[in-house]
Amino acid sequence: MGALQSIPGHPEYSDLSDKTGFSFEQISVLHKRFKQLSHNEDTLHRDDLSAIPDLSCNPIRAQIIEAFFDQRNFSPSEEGTVEEIRFEEFLVVMSHFRPPRHSMSEEQRESVRKDKLRFLFNMHDTDNDGTITLQEYRHVVEELLSRSGALGKETAKSIADAAMLEVASISVGHMEPDEFYEGITFEHFLKLLSGFDIEHKMSIRFLNVDTTLCK
Amino acid sequence: MDIRFSTSAAFLLFVCCLLSQTPGSNGEVPPKPAGSVTILPPIKPIDGPQAYPEAEKASLPVFTMDYPRIQIPFEVTLWVLLASFAKIGFHVYHKITVWVPESCLLISIGLIVGAIMHSVHEEPPAVLTSNVFFLYMLPPIVLDSGYFMPTRPFFENIGTVLWFAVVGTLWNSIGIGMSLFAICQIEAFGVQDINLQENLLFATIISAVDPVAVLNVFEDVSVNEQLYIVVFGECLFNDAVTVVLYNMFTFVADMPVVEPVDVFLGVARFFVVGIGGMAFGILFGFVSAFTTRFTSKVREIEPLFIFMYSYLAYLVAELFAISSIMAIVTCSLTMKYYVEENVSQRSCTTIRHVVKMLGSISETLIFFFLGVVTITTEHEFNWGYILFTLLFAFVWRGLGVLVLTQIINPFRTIPFNLKDQFGLAYGGLRGAVSFALAFTLPDNIGRKQLFITATIAIILFTVFLQGISIRPLIEFINVRRTNRNLETINVEVHCRLMEHTVAGIEDLCGQWSHFYWKDKFLKFNTRILRKILIRDSRAESSIVALYKKLELQNAMEILDTVAGDISAAPSIVSLYDEKKNPKPKAYLAGDLRNMHDILSKNMYNIRQRTVAFTSKYSLPNDRHTKEILIRRHASIRRSLRPGSFQNSNVSKSQKYYSLPAGQSLESRFSPRRLTQTDDRETMSEAAYPITNWRSRSSQPTRSSSSRAMMPLKRLDTLKEAVSVDMLNENKEDSGSRAGTTRSNSSSRDSRLPAPRRQLSPPREEDNGFSDNLINVHHEAEEEDHPSPSPPPAWAAEPRDNANRNPLLRRPQWNPKKT
Repeated sequence: MGALQSIPGHPEYSDLSDKTGFSFEQISVLHKRFKQLSHNEDTLHRDDLSAIPDLSCNPIRAQIIEAFFDQRNFSPSEEGTVEEIRFEEFLVVMSHFRPPRHSMSEEQRESVRKDKLRFLFNMHDTDNDGTITLQEYRHVVEELLSRSGALGKETAKSIADAAMLEVASISVGHMEPDEFYEGITFEHFLKLLSGFDIEHKMSIRFLNVDTTLCK
Repeated sequence: MDIRFSTSAAFLLFVCCLLSQTPGSNGEVPPKPAGSVTILPPIKPIDGPQAYPEAEKASLPVFTMDYPRIQIPFEVTLWVLLASFAKIGFHVYHKITVWVPESCLLISIGLIVGAIMHSVHEEPPAVLTSNVFFLYMLPPIVLDSGYFMPTRPFFENIGTVLWFAVVGTLWNSIGIGMSLFAICQIEAFGVQDINLQENLLFATIISAVDPVAVLNVFEDVSVNEQLYIVVFGECLFNDAVTVVLYNMFTFVADMPVVEPVDVFLGVARFFVVGIGGMAFGILFGFVSAFTTRFTSKVREIEPLFIFMYSYLAYLVAELFAISSIMAIVTCSLTMKYYVEENVSQRSCTTIRHVVKMLGSISETLIFFFLGVVTITTEHEFNWGYILFTLLFAFVWRGLGVLVLTQIINPFRTIPFNLKDQFGLAYGGLRGAVSFALAFTLPDNIGRKQLFITATIAIILFTVFLQGISIRPLIEFINVRRTNRNLETINVEVHCRLMEHTVAGIEDLCGQWSHFYWKDKFLKFNTRILRKILIRDSRAESSIVALYKKLELQNAMEILDTVAGDISAAPSIVSLYDEKKNPKPKAYLAGDLRNMHDILSKNMYNIRQRTVAFTSKYSLPNDRHTKEILIRRHASIRRSLRPGSFQNSNVSKSQKYYSLPAGQSLESRFSPRRLTQTDDRETMSEAAYPITNWRSRSSQPTRSSSSRAMMPLKRLDTLKEAVSVDMLNENKEDSGSRAGTTRSNSSSRDSRLPAPRRQLSPPREEDNGFSDNLINVHHEAEEEDHPSPSPPPAWAAEPRDNANRNPLLRRPQWNPKKT
């Protein structure tokens, strides 16, 4: 994958490659896909993404699509959402899913890990206040369970509640009866998933080969 | 009579001597057998009963003995018992099995027994024939690995697993076979008579890896999932490949000339055999799953179907001479998921136990027998050949892993690094299957003795040397590890979230991987397969499954404390601990109400979804769900014994339930179990998995379990009262579960604003976490006094209304109550 040969006609790829860590081949494959999704426009809209047939049965489709228009995922300092994204943003969002490199130092791994967890965190934290509140959590759990039909909102709610309690007990420790755990901060989120091998699991092997035609 | 008595006496002597030896350190084992040999002359008749035919008398015998009639089953039983006693022996002193793999110990015991037998000139029983091995010993071993295969990681890595199992085995067989053939050409070794076919056959035998010992080590140090599953899957499918190759080569070894066309036919046959086996397995798996759909009325024979169908798959595959191992493995993989949903909880446990038991007996026997055979049979020592076998086995394994990983790595999302490769290569222990294959070689192989000797040599070498050294080595090179003990709802939720996200992103960028296929399969599964194969085909998310499991554990501990609280008094020490470790694992009281709802609706079909990593020698940790029954009986018994309790205390103690909001009920109740003595008989097994689970789940719980003793004293009475109510309730409503549940939840709603309040509305008073629990209690007591009517704790509910505790509303339990 590391073989970087310049592809003639796309000098802008080298910038993108520096920024996102994708190889030229991967970028060109993704670019094709981008063009396909956006119907050869330069920008991509929410509607373009919701029209993807494969995505239609994904229970958290809305969150995934939203993640592409969330400025926090483009660069950490920004906030808010946008209406349309260019290829560059598309690629940046995708880059959160790059598999970790073969050999990494401990700090690199930690930063990759943080990056991926931040992405997940942002998917929860819809109002961007730095915490996942119970409502937000419940919403996500509801969505996750929405496909299993028989289970009503009650179940989702109680599961979210129990999960929240778990967070409270893991991150805060002992609480007074009248205390209230107002939400999961990112630090707690990290602590919560500390044993979870996310840097390896949350990765996609981006192919060098164009598969858009196979679909 | 004479024979019989001396046999059993000898057997007992055996066992005594074994049991007295094993608890000592393994270093002491070798010197002792010398002593025991001298003790054991009476052993002589054990295997030579044919030499003592009973004298037949013409008149009516008053007392007769017909030993030959029972000889074979009798001896087999004794062997199995002996091997099992040996296993008990190992675990008397637990540390041995940590450092020395069980297979080593078994072989050692076998060696000792063999030495004893040899010294008294006994022959080992001639039970291990080719047919016995392939029809009776191998299926349980394979069923065991197949049934307990961690399905999910397996399918995530299926490509790599098959790659290593199929190509790796071929690589090893051909590589080792060719190199040995080259060695055979050297005249100095005097083995020119071994031709290429025989060399290949032998190489095939010794390329069957059997890393049970390694898997145990991997599990203990929790190496990363990918490495674990590849080793696990490799050992399984590699058996299949080996047996296929073995059959092919035994056939080929007979042929005087091998034509090129035979090679092609061989390759074609290889695929026919493998894929045919898989097809049969899938077929029987589905039939089996479909059958269990209708077994709800005949729970007793439910487990039988599983065994019969898998064995049938095996036998039918044997009939057509296709890979029976593939058949049984795919059969168990296919049916497992559906069967475990269909059968009752008890049957499920039974199935798991029996599968484990049969598998481990089989393997124990083979290892044991290996030890015996090593000593008692004639060996043909050809050091050159044996040493080169060792060398080549080692080198080709290493090379194979190195080369094959280079090829497979570009296709993996998470490539194997050098450390993983070392683990893979070094984990290639040879074991039971190799030995059995060598031992059952047909007699027309000229150098059969040499092959057996070389196989035993390589097994002993790898099992002892590599098996013992792999743990320190793995720990030393620090292979990437995965934390597998993440049984929290949050992790499950986020894992799901992440998987869906990844699948979504893959859809988005028009690529796919196993997430894509998994998605597609799940859809197909939910729409069609589950509807056909499962009686109650409501899809259930794994989040919900885990949630239920955790809640059930919680509920069980609450039930348990009903039984446990009376005898033990809270100690000062626990109070002290309490202050030190303010880190409980908590569910607030308010949420317990929801848990109740869920439990009352779902108690029937709680299943553990994914069997976590399991070793061949231990059952998966799924016992919580089953044990609830046992515990409950214990609790009822308990509650009846102490008689009456002052109900006046109840209102007081209720407050404690609601009190320290961050504390879990579980953390508070658990210490009791550790101290209770009364119902050990019923609880001894039950208590184990829980403590196990707790220590795994997080340190906080552990510490909190001892810290939360103070409130317990108050709680006793309440809980006793609860359990009495449970009894009443049980008598009253047997069967009308649904109705009462509904009415309960409605009536309960009115009572539960208090606990809910604690959770949802944001409050400002954030005092930090108090170290002083006692203060907390007092405060809260005062706080609760003004409004005593709505006891804000679900645990107190059963007191108020006998029908209230939905946990206990399980009609199935009633018949047992007597």
